[in-house]
Amino acid sequence: MPKRKERVDRGINVRSGGVFALCSWREMLYLAGPRLLPVFICLFLPLVLDAYWQKVLLSVAVFALLAISWDILAQTGMISLGQALFFGMGAYVTGILNHYWGMPPVLTIPLAAVCGGLICTTLLLPVLRLRGIYFSMVTLILPLMLVRLVEATRIFGGTEGLSGMTPLPSKWLEQYMIVGALLAALFGFRRMLSSDYGLVLKGIRDNDRSVLSAGINIYWYKTQALLIASTVGAFAGAFLTHVYMFVGMPVFALDYSILPIAAAVVGGPGSLAGATLGAFILVPLSEVLRGAGGLRIVFYGMFLVIFIVALPEGIFHFLQRKYHQFERWVEVD
Amino acid sequence: MATAPLLEVKALHKNFGGVQAIRDLNFQLAPGELLGIIGPNGSGKTTAVNLITGFVKPSSGKVLFKGRDITGQPAYRIVRLGIARTFQMVKPFYQLPAYKNMIIPLYSPRVKKLIGGKYGDRDAVALDLLEEVGFERDARVAYKAASALPQGYLKRLELAKAIALQPDLVILDELFSGLSLAEVASILPIIEKLRVEGKTIIMIEHRLKELFRIADRVIVLNFGQKIAGGRAADVMESAAVKNAYLGSEER
Repeated sequence: MPKRKERVDRGINVRSGGVFALCSWREMLYLAGPRLLPVFICLFLPLVLDAYWQKVLLSVAVFALLAISWDILAQTGMISLGQALFFGMGAYVTGILNHYWGMPPVLTIPLAAVCGGLICTTLLLPVLRLRGIYFSMVTLILPLMLVRLVEATRIFGGTEGLSGMTPLPSKWLEQYMIVGALLAALFGFRRMLSSDYGLVLKGIRDNDRSVLSAGINIYWYKTQALLIASTVGAFAGAFLTHVYMFVGMPVFALDYSILPIAAAVVGGPGSLAGATLGAFILVPLSEVLRGAGGLRIVFYGMFLVIFIVALPEGIFHFLQRKYHQFERWVEVD
Repeated sequence: MATAPLLEVKALHKNFGGVQAIRDLNFQLAPGELLGIIGPNGSGKTTAVNLITGFVKPSSGKVLFKGRDITGQPAYRIVRLGIARTFQMVKPFYQLPAYKNMIIPLYSPRVKKLIGGKYGDRDAVALDLLEEVGFERDARVAYKAASALPQGYLKRLELAKAIALQPDLVILDELFSGLSLAEVASILPIIEKLRVEGKTIIMIEHRLKELFRIADRVIVLNFGQKIAGGRAADVMESAAVKNAYLGSEER
């Protein structure tokens, strides 16, 4: 007897879908659980980790922010291969403000996030009309170009970079600042993307002519998405600069472009939560594999392939489906 | 013409490389009129629509809407002035329910401006609009994912998206293509209702029988040129039209 797999929404999922149906703690927990879990994990982790893994957590959160920034752009139909541009721009702006003008981090980080975002948006404004791979190529090239610019003109410390940045006052502030920013970005932008405004952004990705024919200026909306995404990326760069107390050419490295994409793809693009989850898996994985020495990148690549082949929809979407639906085999007549 | 024309197309030309897609197109449209544009495949009908709505910039010539020059303006600005269009190939947001597809036109600055503020509840307005074009409320069709809807409903959705913009001029690009006779018959009253409401309509159509029943005037394009124009019955008699169009595509 041939069988097919049937997926059925769990009763609790259907009941709690409508606000008016909530009538028990169990149902409220069903809704709140998946949202509270990451919050608790993020707030709890800095307390239990040792100094080394705390640094890894910083790195995880920074890559998660970059992956969220990538995902926001991807949802608007702009596939960026150059998150390093946002990251590096934020890093350099904060570095310059701190090194040359001696501004404290409490000023430089927000300023660098906003100014870095504005500069990146302005740089990419002329290519906003490009679609698909053409836009991607430009984003890939810009950070590589800026590295050479710094090298050739010897501005801002040239190849040596700028060191001796003011560090953040305490490691607890470091931990909770970045974790707080990550949670705020995750929940805030998830909410934004599920609103009508987010629907317009996703509409631009799916069918920009249809959005255009609704009298909506798609370039203006793309600019807004770009500004949001690059501000998030620049914030991550500015933050890490004060942690490392150094800014130099490595901030435009390819790692900051590629790893966020890998995180978003492994975790499941389109939800921001997937991108965050991906960063929480890939960055520690890369740390664990340090023991493998030269074979590290081989194993890392293997894991990436396994994730993508086994769960092409992304880990987050897989978990989400399991949470909301149960599966059973039914006979086909 | 007694009243000032709503839309005036003057000596419109469009070249794509060496191909002349539109050659010297002229016509006027009075408020409340229903104009049909017919012609064989590749005769430039859709290009004409794209030129009027700003999706393609003309090589030369002028388009005036309410006496205002809109030639070469970006598409979104032309929509805001009051020209809405549908697409021949419907490409809704498949994973979304039908009514969520209406959110984007309802988000339009034009709609916000007309109501004098934002819609309180776009979902409710979307459902009302969809009912107007024949999404049965009792059957909850509007809540189904667009990917699960038959072609007839997707075309209605496309029409509803145009109506949501409360346009003065609606351009329907082959709304009936790919629909059964029954489906066409059920959409026709919606278009007639639009006319009663005073909307001006341009219909690009291959379904001549249905078009001639409702159109005031018809113009015929062939190889980007207007070869005939006038009342439907007169156009049918024209030898050039028979030759170019009906001779080859007799149904």
